[in-house]
Amino acid sequence: MAEQPLFKVTIDNVTVEVPAGTTILQAARQAGSEVAPPAMCYYSKLEGSGGKCRTCLVEVSKGSDKDPRPMPKLVASCRTTVMDGMEVKNLTSERVVDARKGVVEFLLINHPLDCPICDQAGECHLQDLAYNHGNAGTRYEFQRRTFEKHSLGDKIQLHMTRCILCYRCVMVADQLTGQREHGVLDRGERAEISDYLEKSLDKEFIGNIIDVCPVGALTDKTFRFKNRVWFLKPLNAHRDCPTCSGKVTLWNRGDEVFRVTARKDEWGEVEDWICNECRFDKKKTSDWVIEGPREINRHSVISQNKYVGLVKPQETIDEVIGKEPRLFLDIHDVSQVNEKDRDLSLIEGPAHSTDFKENEEKK
Amino acid sequence: MKLLLENAHIEGIRYYDAYRKHGGYRSVEKALKMTPDEIVDEVKKSGLRGRGGAGFPTGLKWSFLAKPEGVPRHLVCNADESEPGTFKDRYLMEFLPHLLIEGLIVSSFALGSNATYIYIRGEYAWIPDILERAIQEAKNNGFLGKNILGTGFDLEIYVHRGAGAYICGEETALIESLEGKRGNPRIKPPFPAVQGVWMRPTVVNNVETLAAIVPIINMGGEAYGNIGVGKSTGTKLISACGNLNKPGVYEIPFDLSVEDFIYSDEWCGGIPNGKRLKACIPGGSSVPIVPANLLTKTAKGETRYMNYESLSDGGFQTGTMLGSGGFIVLDEDQCVVKHTMTLAHFYMHESCGQCSPCREGTGWMWRILKNIEYGKGKMEDIDLLWDVQRRIEGNTICPLGDAAAWPVAAAIRHFRDEFEWHVLNPDEAQVRNYGLAHYADRREIPAL
Ligand SMILES: Cc1cc2nc3c(=O)[nH]c(=O)nc-3n(C[C@H](O)[C@H](O)[C@H](O)COP(=O)(O)O)c2cc1C
Ligand code: SF4
Ligand code: SF4
Ligand code: FES
Repeated sequence: MAEQPLFKVTIDNVTVEVPAGTTILQAARQAGSEVAPPAMCYYSKLEGSGGKCRTCLVEVSKGSDKDPRPMPKLVASCRTTVMDGMEVKNLTSERVVDARKGVVEFLLINHPLDCPICDQAGECHLQDLAYNHGNAGTRYEFQRRTFEKHSLGDKIQLHMTRCILCYRCVMVADQLTGQREHGVLDRGERAEISDYLEKSLDKEFIGNIIDVCPVGALTDKTFRFKNRVWFLKPLNAHRDCPTCSGKVTLWNRGDEVFRVTARKDEWGEVEDWICNECRFDKKKTSDWVIEGPREINRHSVISQNKYVGLVKPQETIDEVIGKEPRLFLDIHDVSQVNEKDRDLSLIEGPAHSTDFKENEEKK
Repeated sequence: MKLLLENAHIEGIRYYDAYRKHGGYRSVEKALKMTPDEIVDEVKKSGLRGRGGAGFPTGLKWSFLAKPEGVPRHLVCNADESEPGTFKDRYLMEFLPHLLIEGLIVSSFALGSNATYIYIRGEYAWIPDILERAIQEAKNNGFLGKNILGTGFDLEIYVHRGAGAYICGEETALIESLEGKRGNPRIKPPFPAVQGVWMRPTVVNNVETLAAIVPIINMGGEAYGNIGVGKSTGTKLISACGNLNKPGVYEIPFDLSVEDFIYSDEWCGGIPNGKRLKACIPGGSSVPIVPANLLTKTAKGETRYMNYESLSDGGFQTGTMLGSGGFIVLDEDQCVVKHTMTLAHFYMHESCGQCSPCREGTGWMWRILKNIEYGKGKMEDIDLLWDVQRRIEGNTICPLGDAAAWPVAAAIRHFRDEFEWHVLNPDEAQVRNYGLAHYADRREIPAL
C-alpha cells in the first residue's frame, strides 16, 4: 500500500502532523491533553462509535489549505477527518465552549446525580466533564426521568437512570461477544438500554461493557458497594489466561482484590479487552502475578497519586481530629444500602437515628 | 397550469387502463430510448428541487451518485411523509399511484437501480395495497420486471412499510430502517450517494420529486424549467390546513401570491367565520411560523409569493421557508403558545434519542412551554426556552434537532408579547386567547 500522506492540522494553536484519515479528535489527542476535546461516546476501539453525545464539538475555522472556508456548523471532532492545513478551535472558541456547556447541561438535566451511592463516582467521565466544562447549578426545574429497574443478570448491574446513551455497550456486545443480547428500546428521551427479556447477559467478553460505560449505568455486581474507587490501589497484574491477554488492573485494598478491570489509558479507554473469568472470578491476589502499581493518568480523584503507597483513610482522620477516632456506630450495620441483593431504588430513605437506636436495642 | 394533478379527477385514473389511456407511461417509452446520462441532464436542466423539504436540486443530487464497478445502486422513494401539516404525498399515492410508479421507473433507469424501494409511512395503512396493485399492473403491461420494453433493463419496485416514526423520514434513518435496523440517523459523511442501503450508492427522493420526473421527461427539462420563477421551477403540491374555508391539496404555480392562495376562491377561499389571519406556517411544522403581517408581504413591503425564494426572503428574522409545502393557517382565535407546545411535544416524541441536545432538549422545551401555557410560567422561562433551542440548533446529528428548535425560536421571535401575556395573566390565559394583538396589522420591521 502506498504511504499515507501526512496532513498538517492546527488545534488551539498547536500544530501536529497526522496521516490522512485521522479524525480531529485523534489528532487533538496527539497534540496533547490540553487541546483534546472531551469524548463521552467515541471509543477508538469500537468501530462506528462516536457522533452521538456531541461533547466533542469543535469549530473548524479553516477547512484546509485548498479550501480555507470555515465550516458553518460546529462539527463532532470524533467523526470528522482532518484535511491538510485545517485549523480547529476547541477551547479557544467561544462558540464551542458555549455549545459544550449546553451539552453538559443536557446530559445532566435528567441525570440522577446520585454520585454518593454510585460505584462509578471518582472514575466517572460525566463527573469529570461536568467539572471541567459545565456550569454550577441547574436551570432544570422538572422531575427527573427515571426508569424501571431492569436486571442484566448476576454479574452486571444496569442503572438506566444514569445512562447517557453513548451506545458503547451496544457496540461492545456487537463487536466482541458474537451475539448481542441487549440494545436500545424506545426512542427520544424514553430510549433505554435493555435486554428486553430479562435474560442475563453472560456471553464471553460481555463484562467489557462495564469498562466502556462512561457513567455508573453499568457496574460490576461483584464489586457493588464494596468500596469507593479512590480508597483502592490499582495494580498492574497478569495471569496466563486461555481466553484473553490476561493483562488487567487489580483494585486492591491491602491484599484483598476488590475488583478487576481492564487497563485503561489516559482517555479512559481499555488497552486490551478482558474476559469474564478474569474480571469476575479471579478475586484472589494469588490468582495473579502483580507487576506493580498502575499510574492513573487522568484528571480525576482516582489519580490523586495516593496509589503509590497506600494511604488508609483512617490515617487522614487521625490527622484531622488529632486522635484515634472512636467508632460510635457502624453505618454498615444499619444502612440497607449494603445489604446483599438490595435494590437501591426500593429503599425508602436514608437511615435515621431511630434506626440506629433500634439496632442498639437489639444488640 | 397543472403538471402532476392534471388527470387526478378522471374516473378510474388510479388504475392502469385509465391512466395509460390518458397518456400514462409515455415518459418510460421515451426515457428508455435515452441514455441514463441524458435523463440526468434533462433533470438538471429542469431545475427541479427536492420536494421533501430541503429543496436540494435533484439533478445535482443524482450526479453525485457514486458508480463503482460491479456494485448495485438503489433508488429509494421517501414516502414517510410525517411532518405535521404535510399530506401531499398521500394524495398523490392514493389517487395517482401510477404517476409515482412511472416516475420511479424513469428515475431508476437514469440512476441504474434494478431494485427500487418505496418506504411508506406506517400510518398510511391503506396505501401500500394501492401501490402494490399499481406495481402489479405495470408489471403485467411490461413496464416493470425483466427486460422492460425489450430494452434489457430490469426493475423491481418493493413497498416497505415503516412502523410509524417521523425520524424514519430522515434519509439515513430511513435507510437504516429499510435494512431492518433501528431507525437512527447515520452520522454523515459518508452520504447515501456513496454508502446508502446495504452500503451501496443510493439516492433518496421524495414522492413528489419522483412524480415530477414524468412531466420533465415528457415536456423536456428546458420547458419544465421555463415554468415558474427564478430557482423555483415547475409546480408544487401544497397541503393546506388549519383555519381555511377549503383546506386540501393544491398544485400551485410558483408565481401565486400567498394572499391569493389563502383568500382567493380558486384556492383556499379565505378564513371561515370572517375571522382574521393571525399566523401561518407555510412549509410544514419545522419551518418558522410567521405572523400575518410578514406572511403576505416581506419585511421590505413586497408581495410574498408561494415559492422557495420569496418565502425565505428576509431569512429567519422576517421570513420562513417553503419546506415540504404543509401550509398551516392560524386565525385570530388560535394561541401561538399552545400551538408551539403541541409541536414541541411532537418533536420530543419523535426524536430518536441518539444525540444529547435533541434527546434532552426537546423534552425540556416542551415542559417549559407546558408551564407557560398552563399558567405556571415565569418571565425567565422565555429566555431559558430561547437558550435551550439555541443550544440544540446546529449541534445535532440530523436536522430533527433544528426542526424542533426553529418553531420555538420563531414563536418567541415574533410572538414574545403573547408569551409574556401568558406569564402575566396565568388565569386569563387558560380561558382566553391573546388574540390578534398587532400581528395582523402592517408594522414597521426594525432594521437588522
Ligand atoms: C426528521 C426528518 C424527517 C423527514 N421526513 C421526510 C419525509 O417524510 N418525506 C420526505 O420526502 N423527506 C423527509 N425528510 C427529508 C429527507 O431527509 C430527504 O432530504 C428527502 O427525502 C430528499 O428528497 P428530495 O431531495 O426529493 O426532497 C425528512 C428529514 C428530516 C430531517
Ligand atoms: S449503559 Fe453505559 S455504555 Fe451503555 S449506552 Fe448507557 S452510558 Fe453508554
Ligand atoms: S437530532 Fe434528534 S432525531 Fe436527529 S439523530 Fe439526534 S437525537 Fe436523533
Ligand atoms: S465523542 Fe464525539 S460526539 Fe460523542
